[in-house]
Amino acid sequence: MKRLLVLTLALILSASFAQTNLRLALYPDLDSHLDVVLTEFLLENPDVTVEVIRREHGDHHNGLVTELAAGSGAADVVALDVEFVARFLASGALTDLSQEPFNAGQFEDLYAPYAWSQIASADGRVVALPGDLGPGVLFLRRDVLDQVGWSVDEVVASWDSYLDYGRAVRANTDSYLMTNANDVARAFWQSGVPEGEGFFFDADGTNTVTSDRFVRAFELAKTIRDEGLDAQIGDWSNEWYEAFNQGTGATQFSGAWLLGHLQNWMAPDTAGLWVTSHFPEETYGSWGGTHYAIPEQSSNKEAAWELVKFLSTRPEIQLSAFETTAAFPAVTSTYNDPIFGEPIAFLGGQEARRLFAEIATRVPQVSVNEHDQIALEIVQSALTEVLNDGRDIESALQDASDQINRRAR
Amino acid sequence: MIQPAQGDSRQSRGKRERRSWFSLQRKYAPYIFVSPFFILFLIFGAFPTVFSMFLSFQDWNPVRGLATMEFVGFENYRLLFTDPWFWQALGNTLWLAVAGGAPQHLIAIPLAFLLVSGARRLRHPLTAAYFLPYITSTVAVAIVFQTLLGTQFGVVNQAINALASWPVTSWMFAGLAEQLPINWLGRSQFIKPAISMLVVWKYFGFNVVLYSAGLATIPKDYYEAAAIDGATNWQRFRFITLPLLRPIMFFAVTLTIIGNLQLFDEPFILVGRDGGTGRAGMTVATYLYRLGFEWSDMGSAAAMSWVLFLIIGTGTAIQFLFFGKRSFERRE
Repeated sequence: MKRLLVLTLALILSASFAQTNLRLALYPDLDSHLDVVLTEFLLENPDVTVEVIRREHGDHHNGLVTELAAGSGAADVVALDVEFVARFLASGALTDLSQEPFNAGQFEDLYAPYAWSQIASADGRVVALPGDLGPGVLFLRRDVLDQVGWSVDEVVASWDSYLDYGRAVRANTDSYLMTNANDVARAFWQSGVPEGEGFFFDADGTNTVTSDRFVRAFELAKTIRDEGLDAQIGDWSNEWYEAFNQGTGATQFSGAWLLGHLQNWMAPDTAGLWVTSHFPEETYGSWGGTHYAIPEQSSNKEAAWELVKFLSTRPEIQLSAFETTAAFPAVTSTYNDPIFGEPIAFLGGQEARRLFAEIATRVPQVSVNEHDQIALEIVQSALTEVLNDGRDIESALQDASDQINRRAR
Repeated sequence: MIQPAQGDSRQSRGKRERRSWFSLQRKYAPYIFVSPFFILFLIFGAFPTVFSMFLSFQDWNPVRGLATMEFVGFENYRLLFTDPWFWQALGNTLWLAVAGGAPQHLIAIPLAFLLVSGARRLRHPLTAAYFLPYITSTVAVAIVFQTLLGTQFGVVNQAINALASWPVTSWMFAGLAEQLPINWLGRSQFIKPAISMLVVWKYFGFNVVLYSAGLATIPKDYYEAAAIDGATNWQRFRFITLPLLRPIMFFAVTLTIIGNLQLFDEPFILVGRDGGTGRAGMTVATYLYRLGFEWSDMGSAAAMSWVLFLIIGTGTAIQFLFFGKRSFERRE
């Protein structure tokens, strides 16, 4: 008995010495996806154990900043919301995967071009691999369309027709065109970015927020606000969720992933009342997404790379995530899978996944800048002044530009 | 001769050792016993304070690691004083400190007086009820207020709508008619009043408790003597309660000043980390958090925290000069 115990102990010990313990840090709903696929990874890599660290979205990213600053404590593989990637891209805190032994460049063709541009710096470094994408989608209420007598194509034909639809909605129903005019400005300035430039900065790193693209985006939103076409409801608030249930907003700009939120918890009772489209005037944009990176401080980079490849390059794993959490696959070869042809009941039988895939492959490449997040927040703040306090667009954008120059250093 | 001497010396050495251990532990034990506090204080109190002072003269993006810290002199302070957002945040903070602070005391003092002098049996249950918001999680409270203040479905707007359309009370809302339904958390002119409401509601109960305790220390003889002299209730409140309550008022107002100038959770949850429309709800504390932890500019954030510290220090000092000193002199 005693000998058996000693033997078992010895076995466990030797096994644990030979094993690599990987730490994977992520935020919900990625954990639901991992619960499903992790066993397969462990079977393929018997000498690796994986410890999953799950934190809320904000805590996850703030915690990561602290760990990177402290130089220790970060997990071996970290999930990054696309908004945060640029901030880490320039810092050197994430492993450059374009180098030996990773050679991430070999996977570039797997992904939609815009997804690759989010994780690669101008000087050729690659700091992550795409996990899932957020193709930009316009959600429309079918019942409101019917009441007003418009078709989806008529609504999204141009930005002007989109506004006209809003006027018709206000005139004939209790609904508004949208929950908040902020969204339309964002959708507009994120499309039509000149080649080689980013959302807020040009190739030289000079900010472009006083350009015509932003002026028009602001004008569009201001028209909607001034004509009373939006319900002025802030997103991710109780009122916002209620608005989806009541049909307060006839349209909503978001990522394809909003579908998962809508049908799972935000407005499950509105099944069949929705339909999706690309943005008006044939514009294509992205709205969210996840990437997987390896912090420079990790001591298990080889095993970590195996896990990143497992999550980011395998079509069947990406499809599994699509089914569990509606996270849209980054690997474009999956778009031929039969699942994409399935009608979605929540969207009234629309074969929406084909549309999402088309959008994902058509989103233009945009270069990223480490100060994108700061610029985004400053521009959005300027937008609130224009919309709510009647501030002049030109001067608000000029102030925003000055503030970006002051803070992006 | 030698032996006993040896025995003696051994004995005395043993004694000496025992005595030295005794005196040693007498000497150091107290320090060892209090050391946990000092060790924790040094790590979590003194070190961050000194380090943030050091940091305020550096340019440092924490994501890049400690090695990238760069000395920039007073650059962070210069940047701060030329930053319109900082002045706006400071203005917001002072606005909220007054509008969210003064009503607390204007409500709490008479209320405490009524509770102590009038509602004897109900005093403790009522005090507990007023105190309840204070010990409720700010996040929970802010989320409830967010729902109450909703534009389309919020209870506050429903009530205002009902009152505004009822002929008897509609005159009260004549000037507001154009603004209805009020977008409390979406329009910059309503954001600060909304935050102030929350702050007043949440913290006045704490002051009621403070003032009740203060009132209990005022000897009853004064009131009896005043009653015999024919003083009215108002006169008793005005000439006995208020002057004798001065030290407590000083204490309570000081706490309010310190607390309100550091206002963080309430605006952070209510209008979001960006301060809402036109940054009307952006306080110095939320702005410095954003600078440091979201925009990764630790140097600027540290500089701002020191400026905030100086402002709070000055505010409290002024308060003490005008209000505190005299109240303590009176007492002697």
